[in-house]
Amino acid sequence: MNATTYNFAYLDEQTKRMIRRAILKAIAIPGYQVPFASREMPMPYGWGTGGVQVTASILGPDDVLKVIDQGSDDTTNAISIRKFFAKTAGVATTTSTEEASVIQTRHRIPEAPLHAGQVLVYQVPIPEPLRFLEPRETETRRMHALGEYGLMHVKLYEDIARFGHIATSYAYPVKVNARYVMDPSPTPKFDNPKMDNCAALQLFGAGREKRIYAIPPHTTVVSLDFEDHPFSRYRFDAPCALCGADDSYLDEIVTDDRGSRMYVCSDTDYCEGRQAAGHHGTESAAPHKERAHG
Amino acid sequence: MYVAVKGGERAIENAHRLLGHERRGDRTVPELSLVQISEQLGLGVDRVMTEGSLYDRELAALAIKQARGDLIEAIFLVRAFRATLSRFGATEPVNTGAMLVRRRISSTFKDVPGGQVLGPTFDYTHRLLDPTLAESSEPDAPVTGEPLAAMPRVTDILGQDGLIEPSPEADADAPVGDLTREPLNFPADRDLRLQNLARADEGFLLALGYSTQRGYGRSHPFAGEIRFGEVEIEFFAEDAGFAVPLGAIPMTECQMVNQFKGSATEAPCFTRGYGLAFGQSERKTMSMALVDRSLRARELSEEIKAPAQDEEFVMSHSDNVQATGFVEHLKLPHYVDFQSELGLLRKLRAEFLEAAAKAEPMQEAAE
Repeated sequence: MNATTYNFAYLDEQTKRMIRRAILKAIAIPGYQVPFASREMPMPYGWGTGGVQVTASILGPDDVLKVIDQGSDDTTNAISIRKFFAKTAGVATTTSTEEASVIQTRHRIPEAPLHAGQVLVYQVPIPEPLRFLEPRETETRRMHALGEYGLMHVKLYEDIARFGHIATSYAYPVKVNARYVMDPSPTPKFDNPKMDNCAALQLFGAGREKRIYAIPPHTTVVSLDFEDHPFSRYRFDAPCALCGADDSYLDEIVTDDRGSRMYVCSDTDYCEGRQAAGHHGTESAAPHKERAHG
Repeated sequence: MYVAVKGGERAIENAHRLLGHERRGDRTVPELSLVQISEQLGLGVDRVMTEGSLYDRELAALAIKQARGDLIEAIFLVRAFRATLSRFGATEPVNTGAMLVRRRISSTFKDVPGGQVLGPTFDYTHRLLDPTLAESSEPDAPVTGEPLAAMPRVTDILGQDGLIEPSPEADADAPVGDLTREPLNFPADRDLRLQNLARADEGFLLALGYSTQRGYGRSHPFAGEIRFGEVEIEFFAEDAGFAVPLGAIPMTECQMVNQFKGSATEAPCFTRGYGLAFGQSERKTMSMALVDRSLRARELSEEIKAPAQDEEFVMSHSDNVQATGFVEHLKLPHYVDFQSELGLLRKLRAEFLEAAAKAEPMQEAAE
């Protein structure tokens, strides 16, 4: 049987070189979608293959990797991807945002500010911000080339005319470096301001759609809006039930079948860090008690 | 309580252990061997090799066993393995004209040089469940017929009179396009389209091909020829300076012959749609040939108005490994986005109810 041994971080060096070239081009043209010859990975398309290929190409033996999905290190797919790199690259892994040198994420940007030298790798399902307005790639590429973004502004305007405000709550389009309109991946719009002037390098990988794009450190990222309808963040108005934070994005958790809810930080590392520092919420006793028993 | 919504590493391990148990099934029943799969479920193996883009019967059989008979999952396993293999180069174009034919039929002529050879086929079987197969049975030995022979392609016979467009000549110096190694751009050339179709989901191509027959981009097809048999694979070795044979593999080829009314610059003639697959894959190659011809609409200055003629639509959605990944990724947690949408929906509903409450007293006053 034709068994095979895999290279460091799974991908062969030729493939990594090809992906690194795409990444360099992406960094040189912030927000521009660079086509790349995405490989078939041992996990399904749509489950982070773009992010995994970018991470595999930039990872070195000394890197410390953090993987989050929905802000949490403990969601099943985050565990699966972290285990994949622990196995194929043997790199150190962490749940700490501060300690990580590479953070792969799906649907969230960590609450703690990122610092210089860190890389945030986003998993992207549909890289094209104009896709739901124009399904054809040949057309959208032309629109980007000409900087023709009127269609997007009309869409946002129609929202305002119909609802009184822009009715996009996640994957909210941004303009990068005053040139390309970019899809920030399906992060909640709450996270959009964190992309602006970020000290870390932000890389975006879309495996199925075969595109890589980037925001270099300290690049201007503006959420699209109108002067009389400025961009606004959304956050459920409550403190975290575990750590009391009133500035973090919250998960809504249904606690019984009578409609009771509790709200806790979606960023588990941020929440645990605050609890360790002595912050409390209304429900914080229970998890601590469990931890003491364990 | 909060811990309950987290997926655990242990949970994943246990789930995979349970999968292994379920895959084995009743342990008193003998386990399937790979040889049993490749010998007795051969058409499934052919499909996995074709759409997995890798000719290896043993690996395809292993993938089918590992995937519990889910062929798309098996194709995925083969593709992921294939992605890691190093490329030595490309073989010489396969000469299907020299195929040692096991089956060959043409619907365009009553008889053709070499004859109509039915070979192993489901065609003309009555689809009645056969209870003798439920028990182990010894089928009759085949009637030994003529030895396998090469025979001329029907389209070559038509070509002698110039009634059909010639097959495009391969440019020996041009590199072979490979959409698994280079990003695909539109419009795509026919080599890349054919590669995409060869890897495409059989069911998707079947439905698209069927749609052209029902009028969505009709291409007036005839099955010029379908042939299945052994073809020799040759590889040009730089060191030796000539092409060396690597061996022979079974392949199926379908050449559709389609009407073409001609244009301002071209005389009317028949045109071709082409299908090629590993093993015996007739449904696949026939569907592929129909869709290939439909996708040539731009080249032949035909009006593009049906899905099967739209290369961006066809090529972007034909790959079942991509499609199943993205459809099934909806199983992954999306609660962060959903929370955003909940917030938005609550706001929209509050605004709607508020506006409705305001409108009501006004209506009463008017009455």
